[in-house]
Parts: sequence; structure tokens; C-alpha cells
Amino acid sequence: MIVEYGHLAVALALSLALVQAIIPMFGAYHGNVRLMRLARPVAIGQLLFVSFSFGALIYAYLGSDFSVVNIVKNSHSLKPLLYKISGLWSNHEGSLLLWALIIALFGALVAIFGRGLPLSLQSRVLSIQAMIGVGFYLFLLTTSNPFLRIFPFPDEGRGLNPLLQDPGLAFHPPFLYLGYVGLSVSFSFAVAALIEGKVDAAWARWVRPWALLAWVFLTIGIVLGSWWAYYELGWGGWWAWDPVENASFMPWLVCTALIHSAIVVEKRETLKSWTILLALTAFSFSLLGTFIVRSGVLTSVHAFATDPERGIFILGFLGAVIGGSLLLYALRVDKIEKGSIFAPISRETGLLINNLLLCTGVAVVFFGTLYPLLLDAMTGDKISVGAPFFNKTFVPLMMPLIFIMGFAIQLNWKRADIKAVASRLKFIFGASVLAAVMIFYTMDTDNFMAALWFGLGLWLVLATFADLFKRIGLGKSGNLLNKIKRQPRATWGMFFGHLGFAIAVLGMTGTSNLSQEFQNIMARGQKIDIGGYEVTFEGAKAEVGANYTAVRGLFTVREGGEILTKLEPATRTYITPYQSTTEAALYTALRGDLFIVISEEQEILIDTKKTSVFGVRIYHKFMQVWLWIGMIIMVVGGLFSLSDRRFRIGVPLKSLFAKKNKIRAGE
Amino acid sequence: MNLRKIIPLLVFAVLFAFLFRGLSLKPRVIPSVLIDKPMPQTVLPALMVSEISKTGIGFSTDQITAKGGLVLVNFYASWCPPCRIEHPALLRLQKLGYKIYGIAYKDKPEDAQNFVDNLGNPYVNIGVDLKGKAGVDWGVYAVPETFVILNGRVIYKHFGVIHEQDMEDIEALLDKAKTSQQEKK
Repeated sequence: MIVEYGHLAVALALSLALVQAIIPMFGAYHGNVRLMRLARPVAIGQLLFVSFSFGALIYAYLGSDFSVVNIVKNSHSLKPLLYKISGLWSNHEGSLLLWALIIALFGALVAIFGRGLPLSLQSRVLSIQAMIGVGFYLFLLTTSNPFLRIFPFPDEGRGLNPLLQDPGLAFHPPFLYLGYVGLSVSFSFAVAALIEGKVDAAWARWVRPWALLAWVFLTIGIVLGSWWAYYELGWGGWWAWDPVENASFMPWLVCTALIHSAIVVEKRETLKSWTILLALTAFSFSLLGTFIVRSGVLTSVHAFATDPERGIFILGFLGAVIGGSLLLYALRVDKIEKGSIFAPISRETGLLINNLLLCTGVAVVFFGTLYPLLLDAMTGDKISVGAPFFNKTFVPLMMPLIFIMGFAIQLNWKRADIKAVASRLKFIFGASVLAAVMIFYTMDTDNFMAALWFGLGLWLVLATFADLFKRIGLGKSGNLLNKIKRQPRATWGMFFGHLGFAIAVLGMTGTSNLSQEFQNIMARGQKIDIGGYEVTFEGAKAEVGANYTAVRGLFTVREGGEILTKLEPATRTYITPYQSTTEAALYTALRGDLFIVISEEQEILIDTKKTSVFGVRIYHKFMQVWLWIGMIIMVVGGLFSLSDRRFRIGVPLKSLFAKKNKIRAGE
Repeated sequence: MNLRKIIPLLVFAVLFAFLFRGLSLKPRVIPSVLIDKPMPQTVLPALMVSEISKTGIGFSTDQITAKGGLVLVNFYASWCPPCRIEHPALLRLQKLGYKIYGIAYKDKPEDAQNFVDNLGNPYVNIGVDLKGKAGVDWGVYAVPETFVILNGRVIYKHFGVIHEQDMEDIEALLDKAKTSQQEKK
């Protein structure tokens, strides 16, 4: 019965969402405070109902209730607990329920933490948020019901895809969705601002934490997916420019632009309509990504079961949400006051260039991703656009971005003195150029671009530190520790955000250009040299697991004659469903990852003697770990910046408590 | 109205039109140049000398064309995991009464034999394409691939595994071909 209650709860959440969508908006239009006040409790109520519904499905998953179609398809009684739960969002219907839950969650968060907002703005934001929710509830109730029963029901589930049973992948979708859906909040704020015709510093201050939160989640989600692909799929790649990867990368890029342009609105009250447009676009890309993944319009390795009926539903929803908001933008953007002017050399300009480069990047990724569809629609030709296109177009665009980043953070608002900044940075610039030249001559191959990228990465690291030292006044009198403590969290946010990005750039450059690869058969006792290590194949043994058989190889890794570590990669062959997976073995060092993959045994003739050999791939992924470390530092930066803003979100809450205390004291 | 304000909306309108068009396109389906053409001339030795084929010929386009009717030609290999996934669908089609010819693509004969011995044999007969020459002639670039042949002409090509959700389409197609064939008679 609980499954039916769960289904019913979705319907009830839908009706609450309808109330929340219509009444507060109506109230805000007429200035009716009582109607506007309705938004908060209803938003929280809506969350309670979806949570119940979500909980009901989890409960059914945990109990392996195979009378539910969704559970038959995506779970199995032998699955470990974690993967029973993650089975829920590994499929279209379940992940939609998660989307709906997160939309309601963010709505409730705005209701709870947004008490400091003007009532009319908050009501409108919650109303828009509920409108988006309505779309998802309708989707769940019409074409994608995760609570559907089956009769007669099977004894066992079918979903035991071993590739997907991995912690990296279990948490990848929820974080990604938190990011995608998190962008709905800035979207709702942008639409509400267009309706009210008012965008000011306060508005930007309310929007920015939500955009930052979404950015943090999106970053974590993308990194988890990339990390999983890297160590689980066994080809040592971390990004393939697949349409579905691009679908998550585009909102990330727009969101990155948004959190920067919102600073300009906050500090200088300019670039307002641009920021509004970014907020609309960021969430639009989230929805577009959903459409790309689930409608089957593009071929991708990330296949959700696709269905044209769903495609039409999402497209209709896309049209209503994006088309509606852009129409509103066209009609109302004039109501927004023009901002203050700024000089061509100023921090505003720096941030504007950053935005333009990021958006050009988005346009390039967007075009490359959808080009196969455009061509097919126009001429019927089938092509695919792969990594070479993006490496030639998107990647070079990031070069000026990084160079300007180093400069722009040192520029003052409104009008900056370029000469002073240039003279401050000339040593750093010289050092970076020198380092690039030295790297160029020490590399075995003439890889000019790699050297340039290393130089750029170093430039950004040094410039970021130089800016921090200037801010805390290093070298001037005063207690250094106190000066460090006095820095606002936002400074640390920027410092770690930029530093992490620079380190990730160094890692990407290293792993893309200086990695080594060995791919051949190996017999027992054979040795190879790779990446400064000596790897010896000691042999392999067969293993039998619960539902698979495996070959496990043993490799000894030596550096300068000393044994560093022993690695045991395996390849597993599962019986139901038939599938083989590689369990790569990794040895991580700052210098690079040693990554070994083994495949099944073969017998070949060596000197007329039958010898057993194994297919082996060994990679040395140069500086790979820098990429992950850089990304983690970026997330830390986002959290620092967020904690600075939360202070602001918390202010109204504190005053509320203060008021309550006063009332109590008055008694 | 100022043009600048409506640019985002216009861009989206164009995109929307393309996405809508995209829904009715099938990006995974790569059209075969063989459609509506006779099968490429192919003669392959039999994997096993069975009752039906004592001649040692496993697959011959001339024989199939001469017999006429509706047949399926399935390229498979024992080393191809998706072929294992597809196998039950082929067995089901066989049960429904369809004639399926197998072509063991770049596979050792003993492995190809083991494959059908272990999983069941849906094929009328199996030809051995050891070097993949027939695969080249037929334009096969990844097994499994399945061709639908009506009176010696290719009428449809299914690329990749015949999944459960493809079965309806395939069956509908075969039904249609069957009825059109009967009407002609």
C-alpha cells in the first residue's frame, strides 16, 4: 500500500504546487499580504508530500518490492544497500522524482531562509518555483510513473548492472541534479525581478548564494562522473566531450559566468539585464540537458531508455519555461534601470570579458553538441562531432580567459590603473614565460601548446597568490595572522576558486600531453619501463565471485630498484546480465598515476612453446591527480564564498530571533 | 520593439524548431546503402554440415534469392557480448516462424559453434566469414547487425542489438512484409 500512498502524495504535491503557483502571484499583483503569505507554508507542505513519496519509493526499493515495474527493472535482491537506493535514480522515472524532490526542497529553502526578502519578491519567486514543479509532477503522473505496478510480478529484479555499482556513480546523479535544479532558484529570482521590474544590489545579494550553491553541487556532480569514468571504465579517460557530458558542462559554464556577473550587479549595480539573461539561460541549459539525455535526439554513451512521448512532453515543457521566460525578458527588460558606467580599464570590464569568453565557450560547445542534429534535420547526413572539434575550438578560447583572470583580479572597480597592475605582475609574467620556455626544452617532444598551457597555469597560480598577498598586505607592518583573519570569506572564496582552477589546468595539460601508454600482451615475468617506473608482471590467477568470474593480475612496481607497491588489476565477467568490467589498479603520486588494466588470458606460441599471456594496458597519467585536487580546491573556494554570503542570508533570521526574544522579554 | 531584446527569444525559437524536428529523427539508425537493392553476392562455407546443407555451403545469396520469401540475415560473433544479449530475441523470432541465416563474423569456427550450442541455435544455417570479407561487402561495421531480405532484396537493416523495445518495430515490419508478399501472390 505504501507505494500507492507514494503515488497519491505526488498528486497532492501537485495540487499544493498549483496553489503555490497561482495564489501568491495573484496576491503579489494585488498587493494582498494574506494571499502572499500563503506561499511559505504551502512550499514547506509541498516538500513534505514529495519527501513522503520519495521515501515510499526508497522503502519499496529497500524491501525489493518486485511488484513495482521500476524496481524490477532497476534493482535486484542481491544488490548492496547503497546500490538499492541509488537504483532509484539510475533510471528515468526515479530520477524525475528526485528532480521534483529537489525542486520542492529548494522552494522550501527559499521559504525558510528567504524571510528577509521583500514579501512580494519572495511570493513571486516561490510561485515561479512551483510552476516549474508543476511541470515535473505532471510528467511523473502522466508518462513517467515510478510507482507503476506489474502483475504477475517476477521473483527477482533485472537491474544488476555491475558497472553502475560504484560509489562514484551512486552519488554522481544526486549532486548533478542538485546543481541543475539549484539553478531553478536563480531562474525564479530572475523571472520575479522581470515581473517586478527591479534589479538592485540587494537582489544580486539574494541570488548569488543560490547560484553559488548550484555551482558547487554541479562541480561536485561533474567531477564525480569524470572520476568514475576515469577509474572504472578502464580507458583512463576523464572527459570525452560526449553530448551528455556537454549537457552538464554548458550549465556549469553559464553558472560560472553568472556567479561572476552577479558580483558586478551587487558591487556596482551594472550589467543587470545581462545577469538576468544569464540566470534564465543557466536553468534553460539544465532543462535542455535533460531533454538531450532523455529524448534520444543525439547519440550518446549515456543512454537513458528513450521514448518519443517523453521527448514531446519535455520539449513542450522546455518551450513553456524557456520560451515564456525569454518572452517576458523581451517585454520587461526595459523596465530595469540602466546601470552605472565604468571605464574600459576596470574590474567590471575584466569580469565582462570573462563573461563573454565563457559564453563564447558555451556557444561553441552548444554548436558542436547539436551540430549532428542540425545537419540531420537539414540534410539527412549523419555525423558525429568528437573531441578533436572541441579541443580545437573550446580549449584555445580558455587561453585568453586564463591570461585575463590573472590581470583582472588586481583591477579596481570603476577605473583601474593598468600600469600599476602591469608593473606588479611583470615579474610573475616573466617567471611564467621563463618556465614555459624551460618546460618546452626539457620535454622530449616539441609540444609548444603544452608548454604554453603550463606557463598559463603557472601564471594564474602566481597571480592568484600575488593578489592574496596584496590584499592581506604582506610585507607591511602589523600582525600577519590578524591580517589574515580580517580577510572576508569572499576573498578566500576567490583565492581558492581561482587557485583550484589553475591547478586543474596544470593537471589537464599534464595528463593530456605527457601521459604514456603501453598496450600489448605480457607473459609472466616480463618487465616494462613506463613513466620512470619499472613494472613487472608477476602472473595472474583466476577468481570466482558471487556472480562473476575474474582474472586477477599481480604487478610489482619499482622505482630505482626499490619496490614501491604491488598492483592487482582484475577483469570480471558477470553472468547475469552478461557483462565484463575492468577493475583497474591505480598507484597515485603527485607526478602521475600508474594505471593498469588486464584482460583475459590467451595462449600463443613462443618458440614453438605454448605460452599463456595476458592483454595488458599500462598508462602513466602524468599529473592526473592535480586535476582532481584542483577541482576539490575549487569546490572549497565555492564553499568559502558561500559561507560569506550565508552570513547575509542569516542576518534576517538572526533579527527574527532577536525580535522573538524581545517579545518574550516584553512579556 | 528593439531587436536586441528579442534576440534570445528568436535564437530559442530556431532551436526549438530543430529540437522538435529532432524528435522524429533517429540518430542511431544509419541508413544502409543496400536498402532496396539485391543482396551483395556472397557464398560462405557452412559452419556445420547439417541436414539441410550437405553441400558444405552455409550461406549463398543465389540460393536465398532463388527460394525467395522473407528471411533475416544476422551477423554475429562469439566474441561480441552484445550478440549474447541479442540472442534470445533471435530465438523468439525463430519461434515465430521466421527464417534466420547466421553469418559468423571474424570468428573461429569452433567458438561460433560453441556459441550456438550453448545458447541455442536460431539459425537455419550458418556461414563462416572468417576474414570478414562478407562483412565488408554487406557494409557491416559492428556486430550484431541484422538484414531483412524479401525475395532477395534488402528491405531493412537493423544496426546493433535487437532489444526488447525494438522487437515490436521489427515484428511489425516483418508482418507488413509478409502481408505485402502474400498480396502479390
